[in-house]
Parts: sequence; structure tokens; C-alpha cells
Amino acid sequence: MGSRTPLFAEHERLGARIVPFGGWDMPLHYGSQIDEHHAVREHSGVFDVSHMRPVDIEGADALPFLRRLLANDVAKLKQPGKALYSCMLNPEGGVIDDLICYYRGPERYRAVVNAATAEKDIAWMQEQAQGFEVSLPPRQDLAMLAVQGPDARTKAEPLLPPALREPAMALKPFFAAEDDHWFVGRTGYTGEDGFEIMLPAGQAATFWTALLDAGVTPCGLGARDTLRLEAGMNLYGQDMTEEIGPLESGLGWTVAFDPKERDFIGRAALEAQRERGDLQRFVGLLLTGRGVLRSHQPVVVEGRAMGEVTSGGFSPTLQRSIALARIEPAVGDDCAVEIRGKAVPARVVKPPFVRNGAAQITL
Amino acid sequence: MTIPTELKYTESHEWVKDNGDGTVTVGITDHAQDALGDLVFVELPEVGKQLAAKDACAVVESVKAASDIYSPVGGEVTAANEALDGAPETINEDAYGEGWIYQLKLSDPSELDNLLDAGAYEQVLADEG
Repeated sequence: MGSRTPLFAEHERLGARIVPFGGWDMPLHYGSQIDEHHAVREHSGVFDVSHMRPVDIEGADALPFLRRLLANDVAKLKQPGKALYSCMLNPEGGVIDDLICYYRGPERYRAVVNAATAEKDIAWMQEQAQGFEVSLPPRQDLAMLAVQGPDARTKAEPLLPPALREPAMALKPFFAAEDDHWFVGRTGYTGEDGFEIMLPAGQAATFWTALLDAGVTPCGLGARDTLRLEAGMNLYGQDMTEEIGPLESGLGWTVAFDPKERDFIGRAALEAQRERGDLQRFVGLLLTGRGVLRSHQPVVVEGRAMGEVTSGGFSPTLQRSIALARIEPAVGDDCAVEIRGKAVPARVVKPPFVRNGAAQITL
Repeated sequence: MTIPTELKYTESHEWVKDNGDGTVTVGITDHAQDALGDLVFVELPEVGKQLAAKDACAVVESVKAASDIYSPVGGEVTAANEALDGAPETINEDAYGEGWIYQLKLSDPSELDNLLDAGAYEQVLADEG
């Protein structure tokens, strides 16, 4: 049996299909993954993401510590509440995890890391914190919900603590507001507007139930995966790993090489990769033939393996199969993917596939 | 989860309907469609193809994964449910009816005796827990 979030009893009551995920027992869907997907694109859905781990980073050296730890530069965060997406690299330039880091005020940050990697991440962070005046309390007292979709913010607003309603609705994308252990970020993993909300675990069930009563659809990890794939967002462990770094995972934009004197972990390895060149491209694929793209299927051109699908699936919005893939630089606009021994034609496209309910590629 | 008594079953969750004219209709059970989740693609067997019992002959793909369909009995494929091409979710909605996958002309009708009846299939599901 895996760990259970504070909402586990709610998931069971709703008849969720429960699956093991990163050491947790999590809802895969509550009946139909595709209906849940459409609910988020068209109205609003709520995901229990309490398996993800907030870690506070506090102390006089919080800033220099994070500027060493992360490939993106937290010095960019000037306004309290501003969020930054970053990879945490190993010295070889591979990805230990990807995370969001919020600036809460001088010497106070909060990172949110993936469930499956949380223990590894925290051990790494503590090891790297040697010599810095910084403390890293994990916040297992907090639950986390993602409310996503075009109606998500207006549905959530009246259910937030009164003092947070106005500040939350005034948030620009990628900013957060907080009050009395509630933390509301205008962020997400679906390609839709919405909030990610951290709150005391004891209040999670009441808030969850209130959202459902307001007509927000409960959504499981299945819909979360197809939504993020359509949005062209990477999944750690599939699209990037400890072996495959950000420059070959479409995450070069998250690596802050400037200023040059900032010596973040993994910098030398990434600079060597850039110097060497001939990096693999990270692209989107649209399957034009019949079938469903899945991770690890080979990308082939004229019978030769030229890459691999890293995340694939069926896009409920486009009614086509789509994928993220890593391919050789020489691959042109057309390729094929080997599905059960057959080369099925596909087209190379630029993600995202879908944003704010609308297709971003031509079919 | 329904298990119609007039059908035969396999441990790999296919159902077989004896059409009484030397042909059978094959699909996947209600339990199978529920376990797979929303179906998004079906690869049908070609009409005319000769199959032996337990041959992998079709593929159903859900939002989660691809699963092989194994022919419960041997014979020649006489029909494939082309309507599933545009509407694979029909299997989720009506696994034992409109969601049938293919029909087969039996090469050896005695193979039907090797299949499970509804009671035995129910026991298979109970054992899987």
C-alpha cells in the first residue's frame, strides 16, 4: 500500500480508480478520463496533487544557495509571489528533478518537487546546503489542489479564505499570494488558466467538497497526463531524466547561462554540450497514420532509427495521437514511428498542441 | 460488472457468442473495458485471415495502454466491426453488443468446449481480486 493524501477517503467515496504512483495511492480517474479532460478544457476541474512536496528554503543564504542549486536563476525573482520553473541538475548536466520555486520575501522561498523524487531531491538539497546558512523544512502539513480550466478561478474565488479572494483574483500568471498557511498560485500543468492551491491538510476535504458542490469536476492523474501532453509540458522521468538534460529536452529556455559568473551545478557539463553541438532536438509529433503513440517507440526515417517518443498518447481535444519526442537534428518535417513493427507516418510539429482550449497546430 | 450467461469466456477476458451457424462473434468483456479505461483506438483483424486459438489478432488501445486481443478459437475471420474505427468508445458503452470486434468461421467447433461459462469466468474475476 502506498501513502495516502488527506483526500484519499474522498476519492474512494467518488468511486475513483486508485493506482500506485510514485509511492502514493492516487486517483487515475473517477469514471472517464476523457470526460475529465474535456471538463478542464471547457469548464473547470480539480486535481488532488497533495503527493507533490513543498519544501521551504529559508535563511540568510537562501538566495546564494538556490543560485547554486538551480539551473534557472532565482535572482530574476524580484516581486514577492513570483514563481520560476527550473531544473535541478546533477554535475553531469542530467536532471535530478524539475520544480517550481516561489519567491515569498527576502530570504524565503518555496519549491514544489515531484512526488516520486521527493526523498531523493531533499537528500540532494540537504547535501548541497552544506556551508550555506539555510534551512529546508519539508511541508508535509500542507495539501495541494490544482483547480484548472476557463471557469476555475471564478469557481474557486468564493471558497478561498476571505482575505485571499481579492489578492488571488488580482494575480498575474506565474504569481502567488498567501495568507495564514493558504498559498494560491496562478500556475498549472494543463495549458489552461487556474490556480494551484496549498492549504493546511486538515482543511483540504472541506475545500475539495465545496469545489465539487460548485460544479468543478474531480479529475485524476490520467487526465492530468493528457492535458499536460497537449500543453507540451514535460514530465520528469519520461521527457528528461538523470541521463538526459535540459538542452535535449526542450528546456534550454529554463537554463540561465547569464550572468556568466553564476556557477550553478551542472553548468560546466551543459556548456560542454553546447560547445560540442549536434544536440538532439526535442519536438512534437502528430501521428498522421493510424495508431497511438507511446513512450519508447522508435522514430524512423527511411528505415533508420532517428529518435524516440518520450511521451505519447491520444489527444482528446485534437482527436489524434500526439507525442513529445527526441530526434536526430537531421530529421525533417516528416518521419514515421514504429508501432508494433510497422512504420506509421507522423509529422514533426512545434508544441504546444493545445492552449486555452484551442488547437495550436494545424491537423 | 455484467457477465451474460449465454456467452462463453476466456481467462484473457474475451467473450464468444456462438451464432449457431458455424460462426462466432468475439469481443472483450465488461470487466476488460472497465479495467482498460476509455478506449481510443482499435486495430481490427483482416477479413479472410486464418487464426489459431490464442493467436494475437487485434489490439485495443485505451488512454492508458495497448492490449492484445487473443482469438478464443481458431478459424477464418468473416467480419470485423468497422464501426469501431471512428468510435472505439462503443466498446466502453456496449461491450457485449455494438462493441463486438470480429466474427470467425470456426475451423473446429469442438474448441468451443475449451471456453469458460459465465460461472467459471466469474470465478476468474474473483480470483484476480
